[in-house]
Amino acid sequence: MDESRPIFVQVAEQVENDIIGGTMAEESQVPSTNEFAAFYRINPATALKGVNLLVDDGILYKKRGIGMFVAAGARERLVAKRREQFTAEFLAPLLAEAAKLGITPQQLSTMIDKEGSKK
Amino acid sequence: MTAVIEVEHLTRRYRDVTAVNDATFSVEENKIYGLLGRNGAGKTTLMQLLTGQEFASDGTIRVFGESPVENADVLQNISFIKESQRYPEDFRPRHVFASAPHFFANWDADFAAQLADEFRVPLKRRIKKLSRGQVSAVGVIVGLASRAPLTFFDEPYLGLDAVARQLFYDRLLEDYAQHPRTVVLSTHLIDEVSNLLEHVIVIDEGRIIIDEDAESLRGTATSVVGTRAAVDAFVASREILHRDAVGGLASVTVTGLDARGRAAASAAGLELAPVSLQQLIIRRTGMNQQQSSEKEFEATA
Repeated sequence: MDESRPIFVQVAEQVENDIIGGTMAEESQVPSTNEFAAFYRINPATALKGVNLLVDDGILYKKRGIGMFVAAGARERLVAKRREQFTAEFLAPLLAEAAKLGITPQQLSTMIDKEGSKK
Repeated sequence: MTAVIEVEHLTRRYRDVTAVNDATFSVEENKIYGLLGRNGAGKTTLMQLLTGQEFASDGTIRVFGESPVENADVLQNISFIKESQRYPEDFRPRHVFASAPHFFANWDADFAAQLADEFRVPLKRRIKKLSRGQVSAVGVIVGLASRAPLTFFDEPYLGLDAVARQLFYDRLLEDYAQHPRTVVLSTHLIDEVSNLLEHVIVIDEGRIIIDEDAESLRGTATSVVGTRAAVDAFVASREILHRDAVGGLASVTVTGLDARGRAAASAAGLELAPVSLQQLIIRRTGMNQQQSSEKEFEATA
């Protein structure tokens, strides 16, 4: 947990990461609010707020009396959302830092190709 | 939401000191509150007033809807763990735990035994012979295992090491989740407990200066770092909590920076740094006005 952003937002992002990474499969049950609270060492009300964020987005859904589950199609929708944010969150800062160092977008492109081919 | 504590214009004066000055606030049921402030800010006096151990000079206190003073109906629902609890001469921890059920209806002896084991409290040794940390652990165990509807922890961990403090936080969260209740935690160790708190009350020189949800408080301040001229131009129209300057560089803490403000700062070539709850409270209680007081604040914890 970092201090710069609300903790409940970070809890929601962690769950999103687990869904995108496949740790939490669609239609599987996610940990309870209290389990999240104990794991991240945060107030249960904060954990609930984070989980509710995902319920509002339709990523998680509640089964009354049983618990919280990952919605069908959640992974695909999260990937689409993250791709939309990719430019703003990763490309823009990368280009800004490159410009500061005098690296042109063309040079950057060559660097990316070279680094990508290593893998 | 039900208010467990309602305080209006509460004032406690001693001869030439006003320990609590016109405090008005309420504490809602089943939340964890942080009561934060510097040494001598009035935290302990406030808790003594709320638990009927001190008398108000002015104002009203309602705990569970009634005055707590000599009110058994109210007091039997309160567990107050003090910084330096005194125990009868010759008492051993097992005596403390054996007498607790007489005071606390919800006392869980098994939980107390488990905690005593985890905190490594020697049950049969005289309390006089225990280390400072072990005595604190006895208080923490009583506070947790009493499961009182309203529990106050006043700097409960004098002498407790980092492992024991983490154990305290973990068990508090777990048990609170299983048995929701109202907890008021008074501490200097703001960074350690900030994630546990749902609501924060900050008292400074007897006055309540912050009474806010912990999540909304977090992120209300940001530090803007850059060249002095650029920083000054950017913060000119904003509320400034603190400023530091070294040579041509400046770091200024401002409040209420929204997404547009952030974009403007980046466009002006300024760096933005997060401000922790502890830093924010240090800024807001004016501790930056004294030299190296921040270090002192942490060292006293």
